[in-house]
Amino acid sequence: MSQSGDALVKLEGVYKHFPIKQGIFFKKEVGRVHAVDGVDLEVRRGETLGIVGESGCGKSTLARCITGLHPITKGRILFEGQDIGRSPGKAFRRDVQMIFQDPYGSLNPRRRVGSIIGDPFDIHGTASGAERKRRVQELMELVGLNPEHFNRFPAEFSGGQRQRIGVARALALKPKLIVCDEPVSALDVSIQAQVINLLKDLQDELGLTYIFIAHDLSVVRYVSNRVAVMYLGKIAEGAEGEELYERPRHPYTNALLSAASVADPDAAEKRERIVLIGDVPSPIKPPSGCRFHPRCPKAQETCVGEVPVLIARAGDPADHVTACHFPVEAGEHLAREQAAIEQLSTEPTLPSA
Amino acid sequence: MSLLEVHDLKVSFDTSDGVVKAVRGVSFSVDRGQTLGIVGESGSGKSVSTQTLLGLTGGARIEGRALFEGQDLLTMSEDHLRRIRGKEIAMIFQDPLSSLHPLYKVGRQIVEMIRQHEPEVTKQQARKRAVELLGMVGIPQPDQRVDDYPHQFSGGMRQRAMIAMALSLNPKLIVADEPTTALDATVQAQILDLMLRLQREFDSALIMITHDLGVIADLADNVLVMYGGKPVEQADRRSLYYRPHHPYTKGLLESIPGSSGAKDRLKPIPGQPPSLINPPTGCTFHPRCPYIMDRCVTDEPQLRPVLDADGGTNPNHRSACWLPIEAIGLKPEAEGIRQEAVAVGRTTATNITTQGAEAQ
Repeated sequence: MSQSGDALVKLEGVYKHFPIKQGIFFKKEVGRVHAVDGVDLEVRRGETLGIVGESGCGKSTLARCITGLHPITKGRILFEGQDIGRSPGKAFRRDVQMIFQDPYGSLNPRRRVGSIIGDPFDIHGTASGAERKRRVQELMELVGLNPEHFNRFPAEFSGGQRQRIGVARALALKPKLIVCDEPVSALDVSIQAQVINLLKDLQDELGLTYIFIAHDLSVVRYVSNRVAVMYLGKIAEGAEGEELYERPRHPYTNALLSAASVADPDAAEKRERIVLIGDVPSPIKPPSGCRFHPRCPKAQETCVGEVPVLIARAGDPADHVTACHFPVEAGEHLAREQAAIEQLSTEPTLPSA
Repeated sequence: MSLLEVHDLKVSFDTSDGVVKAVRGVSFSVDRGQTLGIVGESGSGKSVSTQTLLGLTGGARIEGRALFEGQDLLTMSEDHLRRIRGKEIAMIFQDPLSSLHPLYKVGRQIVEMIRQHEPEVTKQQARKRAVELLGMVGIPQPDQRVDDYPHQFSGGMRQRAMIAMALSLNPKLIVADEPTTALDATVQAQILDLMLRLQREFDSALIMITHDLGVIADLADNVLVMYGGKPVEQADRRSLYYRPHHPYTKGLLESIPGSSGAKDRLKPIPGQPPSLINPPTGCTFHPRCPYIMDRCVTDEPQLRPVLDADGGTNPNHRSACWLPIEAIGLKPEAEGIRQEAVAVGRTTATNITTQGAEAQ
């Protein structure tokens, strides 16, 4: 899919577990949150890799592992072929930047915009004084902010403008990779499109690589070359964007896509919604075998016992990988099977009012 | 007469910065069995207008009328309103965690709600009904979960519990304010499905407030689009999505990344939402509008019927915009009509203002 195809970042069996401790003096480990549980992933130079999944699936933790904000429990993260290890060096910190979800929480309210955007220059000692101010104003112009607003505080900007400040800060050190963690989900629809366009323009101009994390499937489809779907700390399916949206193989991907809202009454009426039962299970005690099996309309005994591997399934292109024992075939109607299951479980009856 | 008729509702708040005119004249009506979608961005006044109906905007200055079964909700006594609120009109809020009391069991909160309005019901009966309701909204093992605290429920289950509570007295009108915004896509689908099914069974009226045009695409009978405290367009669902007239509605629809996967550049609406303390003169949307004309800056457009697909005017599809009523839809012909109108209606002076607006 990507032009060059060489990997900028490579994840090999990455695990991130958070211990749960109890007790006052001898904090005993009583359990672990399996936030990221064995992820293999490759991000190619110049592409946008989208990561989708519901809250608690580990997508943000994964992002923080890649940027070095969380030391990983197990596995390797290679950046340009180098293992970044547990304490990545300054060069890595310069090359990998992050844009956060909350444009209110990610900017210090007591500092002026100019010094927020200029911080990376100070930390890495790349520019100071008048040079620093000039570079900051260049960045502000690049992201569509008025450079004269250099001395304003974040509170004087709207949500969309604040997100532009976050983008300018991320761009300051000319990074190679930017990890965007839900960069537009806090913004209104009309402002969302402004920021998405900005990110796309910057990618074309500066040759950036993005990891784009979002729960909004249509946004991810729009920006990404390849998409990975996460469920409970694991990658359920990964493929080139259109391939994944047009021919999803994993039942979870199917359900997720069918659940997405579309602003088109005809399409909304026609689609068959696969309504999943229940909620995402706890990542403290993830289900055995395939983690999706308790909610899966196609689950069989194999799924309870055996963990499915993430490989290309019969008939799929080599980079369309699915972790499922019984991938969905074209034309299969999951919605109907699901309805049957729902009826079996608890068909609600009306209370006598 | 409809179940609820709101006429020219205006709500403003005094703040230290000045008077915030949150709602500046909105009218709508909804009947049993119907769903009205109210769409708008943050600050459009969509939540304030419905909260005012239920007396939840303390300290606000309120004008207008809101007739619920003929009685004006805005002038009735607090006692009277309390009897209606919860029983006749139920509300479902966005954040299910902060709208359930954390220290009381879920079942007890539902029981309290039932007994408050129907004191003759015994505790046992109310509890039985709470269990039935929880089962109806799809909570597994409702006879046990009824004794859980809200924190023991997941986000989706809490929202289900809120819905169970809202339905406990068989209300005539349900107001749902962003009921699925805090939830994940698959859970959102469950909740929307559930609300639609229950609405049909109970034949209640539903007002669905959202910022997401996707949420109401298959849910609403009628849609009201609000901007800067005013309604800008009102239409049945199909007309609104396929034949929008107001440039704001059109802009909203165009700024959503297409589900078709087309990678054309997105067309965002330039600029920022308006200040509600000093709203723009004339049409509130004019500083961001690509079709601005001279009169948009000075004269305020009112809602008026626009053309239907078959060429007649449609009294149910109304738009507050000075563009010709033929300029409906996203097709090139409509764009031609718009450009023509703009060519006649815009002088160089306005041209300069719009360019200024687009730059920021």
